[in-house]
Amino acid sequence: MGEEVILHGTWASPFSCRVIWALKLKGIPYEYIEEDLSNKSSQLLQHNPVHKKIPVLVHGGKATCESMIILEYVEEMWPQNPLLPTDPCERADARFWIKFAEEKGPAMWTVYRTSGEEQEKAVKDTLEMLRAIEAHGLVDKKYFGGDKIGIVDIAFGQIAQWLGVIEDIVGVKLLEAHKFPRLHAWIKNFKEVPIIKENLPDRDEMMVFFKHFREMLLTSSRDS
Amino acid sequence: MADEVVLLDFWPSMFGMRVRIALAEKGIEYEYKEEDLRNKSPLLLEMNPIHKKIPVLIHNGKPVCESLIIVQYIDEVWNDRSPLLPTDPYQRAHARFWADYVDKKVYEVSRKIWTTKGEEKEAGKKEFFEIFKTLEGELGDKPYFGGETFGFVDLSLIPFYSWFHAIETFGEFNMEAECPKIVAWAKRCLQIETVAKTLPDQKKVYEFVGQMRKRFGLE
Repeated sequence: MGEEVILHGTWASPFSCRVIWALKLKGIPYEYIEEDLSNKSSQLLQHNPVHKKIPVLVHGGKATCESMIILEYVEEMWPQNPLLPTDPCERADARFWIKFAEEKGPAMWTVYRTSGEEQEKAVKDTLEMLRAIEAHGLVDKKYFGGDKIGIVDIAFGQIAQWLGVIEDIVGVKLLEAHKFPRLHAWIKNFKEVPIIKENLPDRDEMMVFFKHFREMLLTSSRDS
Repeated sequence: MADEVVLLDFWPSMFGMRVRIALAEKGIEYEYKEEDLRNKSPLLLEMNPIHKKIPVLIHNGKPVCESLIIVQYIDEVWNDRSPLLPTDPYQRAHARFWADYVDKKVYEVSRKIWTTKGEEKEAGKKEFFEIFKTLEGELGDKPYFGGETFGFVDLSLIPFYSWFHAIETFGEFNMEAECPKIVAWAKRCLQIETVAKTLPDQKKVYEFVGQMRKRFGLE
C-alpha cells in the first residue's frame, strides 16, 4: 500500500476539505493538486469524465469521485482511526445522515447564489434542514460520531464554517444559537478538533473569495 | 432468536423493488406491509420521521431508511451468502459511484417525462436519452454493470425497467429503439429469478401512472 495518493481539489471547497480531513485524520500522506475550475486540468477531466468536478482522489493511478464515496473508500483502504462505526445498524444510521447532508446541503448554496423568491425558498429549505439535524441528529451526543468525530461530522463540515460565511455575505442569520443550541455547540466542538482547526480555509480569505464570486454570479444572471 | 424483518413499501416504487430484490437474493423471510402514500401509517411516520418515505426496513424493531442504504445494510448483516457489493474497495467505490449516479439522475428525469408536457417534456426526453447514453457507455460490452454477475449497480437500475413501458408511452418514444443496449441488459436481468419475481408487470405500472396523470390533470 505504498502507492501514491493524489487529491485534486480547490482550497475553498467544503467537499475538497472533507477528503483532506479524512486523509489527515488517518495520517495518510498525499499530494495535493489545486485545480483552477475555470481551466480544469486534463487529468481532472480524464479522471472524472462524468461530472468533471473536484474532489477526485487518485490512488495507485485509479480515480474515485464524489467526496462521500471517496471517504468510504479511504475508510476501507486505511481502517486506522475509523470514521464509520462497526455495527451495521449504526453504519446505516451514519449513511442516512450522509445522504441527508448531500440532499439538503445544496439549499444553503442556493441561498448564496440567488436572490428574491428563489432565495426565500432556499432559506426555508435550509432552516428545515437545520431543524431536522437539531431535533434528530445530535441528541445526547457531543459529535455526530459520538465521543469522537466521524464521517457524519465531516459530511456536515460545511455548516461549521461555510454557512457562517454565506450568512455574513447574504446578510441573513440562519443558525441562531438560541434556536439551534445543539448545532451551535457542535460547531464549536468540531472546530476545536486539532486536525479540523488546522485544515479549515482561512475565514477572511473565504469572505473575499465568496463575496467576489457571488457578485459575479448575480451580475451575470442580471445581464443574461 | 429468529430475526424479525418487516418491509414498509409501495408496490410500484422502484426504490422498494431494490430492497425486495436484495431480500430475495439473500433468501430472507420478511413481512411485507403495503403503505397508502396518501394515508401513511403511524408505523411509517414513527420509523421514518424525517422523510416519511418508503421503503423502510424494520429489523428486530430498528428502522433502516433509504433504499441503497438498506441494501448495504442487508449485505453487511447477511454477509454469509450472495454478496450484493464487490469485496475490493476500489470496485465498491466504483459501484457506489454509479448507483449514486442512477439515484441522482434517473428518477427525476423519468418523472419529468410523465408529469409534464410540451417543451418541458421534450427537454426531459433529451436529458433522459443523454443519461441513458452515459449508462450504456458504462455498461460497455459487459453482460451486467457488475461485470459477469448481477451487482449493486444492476440492482439500483433494474427496477426502472418496470416503468419503461409507461415512460416510453407517455413520452412518445420507443425505449428499445433509443436505448437498445439498456433494454438488452434489462432482459438479461429478467432471466434472474429474484428479479423476475420481484418486478411488477409493466402494464400494471402503466395503468398506475395513467391514474397519477389524471390526478395531476394531464389526461
